[in-house]
Amino acid sequence: MPPIVEIAGLYKSFGETQVLRGVDLNVEPGEVIAIIGRSGSGKSTLLRCINGLERFDSGAILIKNKQIDHDSAAAMRELRQQVGMIFQSFNLFPHLNVGRNIMLAPKLVKKRAAQQGEEQARALLARVGLEEKFDAMPDRLSGGQQQRVAIARALAMEPAVLLCDEITSALDPELVGEVLRVVESLARDGMTLMMVTHEIGFARKIADRLIFMHQGKVHEMGPPEELFANPRTPELRQFLSSLHS
Amino acid sequence: MVEFTLWDILRNLLLAARWTVGLSLVAFIGGGLVGFALLIARLTPSRGARRLVSFYVQLFQGTPLLIQLFLAYFGLALFGIQTSAWTAAALALTAYTSAFLSEIWFGCVASVPRGQWEAARSLALTFGEQLRHVILPQALNIAIPPTVGFLVQVIKGTALASVIGFVELTKAGGMITNATFRPFTVYAAVALIYFALCYPISLTARALERTLHAAHR
Amino acid sequence: MIRTVVNLDFGTILVDWRMLAKGVAWTLGLTAVSATGGLALGVGCAWARIHGPAWLKAVTGAYVELFRNTPFIVQLFFIFFGLPAAGFRLSPEAASILAMVINLGAYATEIIRAGIEATPRGQVEAALSLALSRMQIFFHVVLPPALRKIWPALVSQIIIVMLGSSVCGQISTEELSFAANLIQSRNFRAFEAFIVAALIYLALSIGLRRLLNWLGPRFLFGD
Repeated sequence: MPPIVEIAGLYKSFGETQVLRGVDLNVEPGEVIAIIGRSGSGKSTLLRCINGLERFDSGAILIKNKQIDHDSAAAMRELRQQVGMIFQSFNLFPHLNVGRNIMLAPKLVKKRAAQQGEEQARALLARVGLEEKFDAMPDRLSGGQQQRVAIARALAMEPAVLLCDEITSALDPELVGEVLRVVESLARDGMTLMMVTHEIGFARKIADRLIFMHQGKVHEMGPPEELFANPRTPELRQFLSSLHS
Repeated sequence: MVEFTLWDILRNLLLAARWTVGLSLVAFIGGGLVGFALLIARLTPSRGARRLVSFYVQLFQGTPLLIQLFLAYFGLALFGIQTSAWTAAALALTAYTSAFLSEIWFGCVASVPRGQWEAARSLALTFGEQLRHVILPQALNIAIPPTVGFLVQVIKGTALASVIGFVELTKAGGMITNATFRPFTVYAAVALIYFALCYPISLTARALERTLHAAHR
Repeated sequence: MIRTVVNLDFGTILVDWRMLAKGVAWTLGLTAVSATGGLALGVGCAWARIHGPAWLKAVTGAYVELFRNTPFIVQLFFIFFGLPAAGFRLSPEAASILAMVINLGAYATEIIRAGIEATPRGQVEAALSLALSRMQIFFHVVLPPALRKIWPALVSQIIIVMLGSSVCGQISTEELSFAANLIQSRNFRAFEAFIVAALIYLALSIGLRRLLNWLGPRFLFGD
């Protein structure tokens, strides 16, 4: 099977600062990728480029063999149906209840019928363990519950890849577990996942491949066990030791 | 000479106040529609459209409404269009209102967090869908109190239409003064009628504001 | 046949630049005096609305609501045409300034009051513990940070009053719009005259905003 995400020679700057300096990366279907690195290493920017929230300066990103083209609204709409995104700050729509948060995009984009949409939404809520919250408003939920709804909302579009941008960083420590368990179950079900995370233990446990980003490049990558056991570069070694202290 | 009783004065002023209300409604509704179109233009990714709307807003906020009324009145005539004071006043006040409302509403849209746009975009919603289903419903909540509040500015603004000869409350006040020689009574009555129109709206706007703040706590 | 070409002649307007300059001077003068007076009135009334006795609170409250809910032109006409009937006669210029001061004062009261009420209680308590008097606390502890916070709103209100002063030409105060009116009544180039006036007002409002944004931090609440 061909890679589901192909990234080649990706460059991106914000004004004077170069954030990405030539990222090359392929992701196979069903693969779980964890991206680690210091803040400012370009991890989040990379994810945001993959679903077109950020324009890149040069290079190419292909999703299922289709190139990202910012100038074509139709192409971007097609792309975003393939690539789901979960944000650090949940970004649930506060004026819609949980069910309608999930059903909105399928109804508008995929023209899904109301009844079908509701069935799917209920099934997805059950999957993230929130079947009884269908009618609740987002501000009545805990952070962990909101993030699980956000995951259900992204899944409703049946994406080929799911991007997770530090999805537990805004949560109280005791709520992190419930979100990670949902992500873990997705990984087990064969979802292609790319996640930027600070939960190194979790990354080590579920990732097929660990990516260490440094100064806008993929500095080192490989199976987690290998990287943890034998970091080849001093930068990764330093990064890993800084985690333990 | 005819003697005017206080009731005569009041009755004539109230009759003229109908025109104040009518002009206010036309300007408010027309200005709202145009202002909404301006808002949408300003939200599109097109830089040219955004600049143009900002310029329009600055133009109307940076010049006196009185001069805008004069320009509408004399400008239309210049293009060979026969204008009444009513047309010129309605036109100028509509343009004036649209500039202010679009600015107020733009502020409300800007206060919706950026993450909401991004979430909607990442779910493959088009620009129009993002606005219609995600951003505007949230902005609308915040926009209602200042919009109601601005209606007071519109009503007060219509008083300037008297200067180009449109007979509404203020102009009627001047005419009745000339007939009765009782400027103190007449202008006090005029002021009170404006107050009766505007104060309840101000109170409503403030009450709406308070409910909104309570809901956000 | 419809004439599609509109002849505009700005030359005949600019010939009368002396009149325009005099108008600008009056507009700026009126604005400067009424901004100073209006702010002083606003500070006084804001103090009264927060710390004054009940009757004073009621009076200032009524003043603020009355003047914020009636048009400036009616306020001006009442002062200029109405008050003489009660034995209080003013020149057009004096009436204009009085109307502008009272109008700005009403808005400034509300703006300043909102700024003061947003000042943290702890600061007042700290000042009290340092044995400062009520007055000292108000002018040295409460007012400066409040003014800093609300200065942009006050600047906007001063500009609104400056633009509103165009109405004063209606009682023959010789400000900018009066000058434009005078010019157009002589050469019948009304549209051009008011375009020129509009552009001058636009420049004045941009310039005044810059000036006040510069002045405020330097002289009013010292940064």
